[in-house]
Amino acid sequence: MASVTVSTQKGILRRPVATTGFWSWFTTVDHKKIGILYGFSSFAFFVIGGSEALLIRSQLAKPGNTVLNAEQYNQIFTMHALTMIFLFVMPMSAAFFNYLIPLMIGARDVAFPRLNALSFWVFLLGALFLNSSWFLGGAPDGGWFAYPPNSVTDPGNGMTFYALGLLITGIASTVGAINLAITIINMRAPGMSMFRMPVFVWMGLVVQFLLAFSLPIITVALFQLLFDRRWDTAFFDPTRGGEPILWQHMFWLFGHPEVYILILPAFGIISEILPVFSRKPLFGYQFVVFSGIAIGFIGFGVWAHHMFAAGLGPVANTAFGITTAIIAIPTGVKIFNWMGTLYGGDLHFDTPMLCAIGAVAMFVIGGLSGVTHAVVPSDYQQTDTYYIVAHFHYVLFGGAVFGLFGGMYYWWPKVFGRMLNERWGKIQFWMMLVGFNLTFGPMHILGLGGMIRREYTYPASLGLTFWNQVATVGAFLIALSVAIFIINAVRSQLKPAGLTNEDPWDARTLEWTTSCPPPAYNFLDTPTVHALDEFWHRKYVEDHEGRLVPVPAGASGGEHPSGGAHGIHLPSPSFWPLVASVGFPLMAYGVIYSWWLVAAGAIVTLVGLLGWTLEPSVAE
Amino acid sequence: MSDITHPPLQEHTSTGLSSTKLAMWLFLASECMLFGGLITAYLLYRGSSLTGPYPQDVFDIGYTSVSSFVLLASSLTMVLAHNAALDKDYARMRLWLTGTAMLGLTFVGGQVFEFTSFYREGLSLTTNLFGTTFYVLTGFHGVHVTVGVLMLLILVVMSWRGSLSDEPAFPVEMVGLYWHFVDVVWIVIFTLVYLIPSPQK
Repeated sequence: MASVTVSTQKGILRRPVATTGFWSWFTTVDHKKIGILYGFSSFAFFVIGGSEALLIRSQLAKPGNTVLNAEQYNQIFTMHALTMIFLFVMPMSAAFFNYLIPLMIGARDVAFPRLNALSFWVFLLGALFLNSSWFLGGAPDGGWFAYPPNSVTDPGNGMTFYALGLLITGIASTVGAINLAITIINMRAPGMSMFRMPVFVWMGLVVQFLLAFSLPIITVALFQLLFDRRWDTAFFDPTRGGEPILWQHMFWLFGHPEVYILILPAFGIISEILPVFSRKPLFGYQFVVFSGIAIGFIGFGVWAHHMFAAGLGPVANTAFGITTAIIAIPTGVKIFNWMGTLYGGDLHFDTPMLCAIGAVAMFVIGGLSGVTHAVVPSDYQQTDTYYIVAHFHYVLFGGAVFGLFGGMYYWWPKVFGRMLNERWGKIQFWMMLVGFNLTFGPMHILGLGGMIRREYTYPASLGLTFWNQVATVGAFLIALSVAIFIINAVRSQLKPAGLTNEDPWDARTLEWTTSCPPPAYNFLDTPTVHALDEFWHRKYVEDHEGRLVPVPAGASGGEHPSGGAHGIHLPSPSFWPLVASVGFPLMAYGVIYSWWLVAAGAIVTLVGLLGWTLEPSVAE
Repeated sequence: MSDITHPPLQEHTSTGLSSTKLAMWLFLASECMLFGGLITAYLLYRGSSLTGPYPQDVFDIGYTSVSSFVLLASSLTMVLAHNAALDKDYARMRLWLTGTAMLGLTFVGGQVFEFTSFYREGLSLTTNLFGTTFYVLTGFHGVHVTVGVLMLLILVVMSWRGSLSDEPAFPVEMVGLYWHFVDVVWIVIFTLVYLIPSPQK
């Protein structure tokens, strides 16, 4: 046992043991702590991306404005998109998945706790790498779609940062996807069959498969872009026979599954919230699950609807127009199931419920404008106008972000053991809803009125000024609502932890059978599951007239507080995931600046992985 | 016997299959998409190079057939290593693992030699679309083989030092899955890139 690496482990990096305190966050492998890390970091990027949006709206507040010049504007709108998609919605979804999936399926942790830590650190360092471009000669400025040849010939290092940054965060997502998918498939508690899993877990499974199969495609495309930029290869160079449209195909072959990667987590959250606040089971559980799976499959067959105006020809355009119309069906199935859940329910309009209903309503608006893009001639008119901007903000902000906020309100007491203030929550919801519609509603009008996307300014003579001003006011209203949320969150943390009622929403799923916040080991005894909505069935039975009556206390067959937590072997904290992930940004900087850095980064990652291999997952 | 293929400390799972093995399969499925993308790019650009050298100008099918055979043979030695691990004959296991790594290294060395000779004949990464797509595709594969060689050598060293877990057959099986996958990918690449003649222009 006297190998060099082992002695390094003992000499330099002693096995961390602390599970509390500041430094424990760097070595934790607890899925709950990693979930919180994901949540905090992605919310920070939400604020950054939101600030970029405010800069965009300030610039567009009046014709011929000079808040930003064209060059800065290009960087800001590119980074706004990258930040919101890759550094906010995706990792925030990962935060929910990480925290909740093991709790919802009755597991002690994810299948590979140290890989989970690696995913987070690689994501965070990749995100910081991407944002470091601001200080190293300018951020990416070729749009998040990065169409060549513009993105190849683009001077400066911005688009190289783009390719490398997305490669790094892609590694994080792939590792996380494999980990969570296997967790769901293989770590379920006894009795938790696939069709007793909460819909949120199902949507999680679909998302992980989408990630695992779509990220490799963008990985190839990003490598090709990187090689074209850095080593002058010919992939997208028309002068050497290369075809820029190949990038478009590969980007959107990833890009369309990606939009379902962004929205399905919110769909899962909505499917959890609506039944709880309607006091009814989800209407048509199987339909919701299978439509989610169908969306996952069909999502790989609609990519060219992003390219109708690229000149693929009538056959391709018609085919993709049809598949695009078809994917509206499973999405519509979900909407009707949610409405069916609300119908006849005992509705409680707490903040999570408001956010969920808001998300459904806004998503429907975005879905309807989406159907107008599926009609190819109509799309020719809308391509590259603000109508498109309106559409995808209605689905991604209206659908995904409202859903994620609903999830934050709903699970806040679970995660932190404290309630968010309901009154301020409702104020925040309504303010965000109004601000959102003021911002993005007018963009439909602006787009149909001829306002082009990504233009850094517009002349007064186009008559676009009024609705642009409305949108700018709306954007600042959204910012104010987010500020209220932050204040609400901070104030909740100032109160002492502890809930008088550990099941504040009268919830239905397994995670609420644990304390708030749950202990490190989640469940003292692995729960045995007998039904869908297990927790609900432990609390209520139907009397002979079909009315719900609470189960008398003690007869519920719930968790037994006897025993004690010793004897539960949890995976021990580890430095190695952090060490291994540090190598990735080093290698990426190396590709831009020096081969020596590439070598250094590779060595760091290799040492990290070696130390990892030699370290037992549970300390002696 | 079935316990042997399961890793130590593995708790019982919902499917009864090892989580590590399932994760490896999902990773390899994901890798299929990666190589699928690279191979598709090569095929799309087949015959699109505006200038030479073209594939038939540089390919030496005989030479590459031999190095392909070397790589395929390494799958056999990999299986023998796993069998030895199942028999708990760890010296034999290390021998076959080392043999597999050496065959892999021979393949990578052959690829380096091939790249060098192509380069001397005027085909660089930037010469034309053939050079771009060929080097990036086969280079990615070569990197995968190199990573596999590293994992094999680490297994050997760990087993030699006694730091491998109580059931070495399991990590050997996992590395083996990866190794066979890389081999299978090479069969596809060799067929599509080398054996099927490229249309001129």
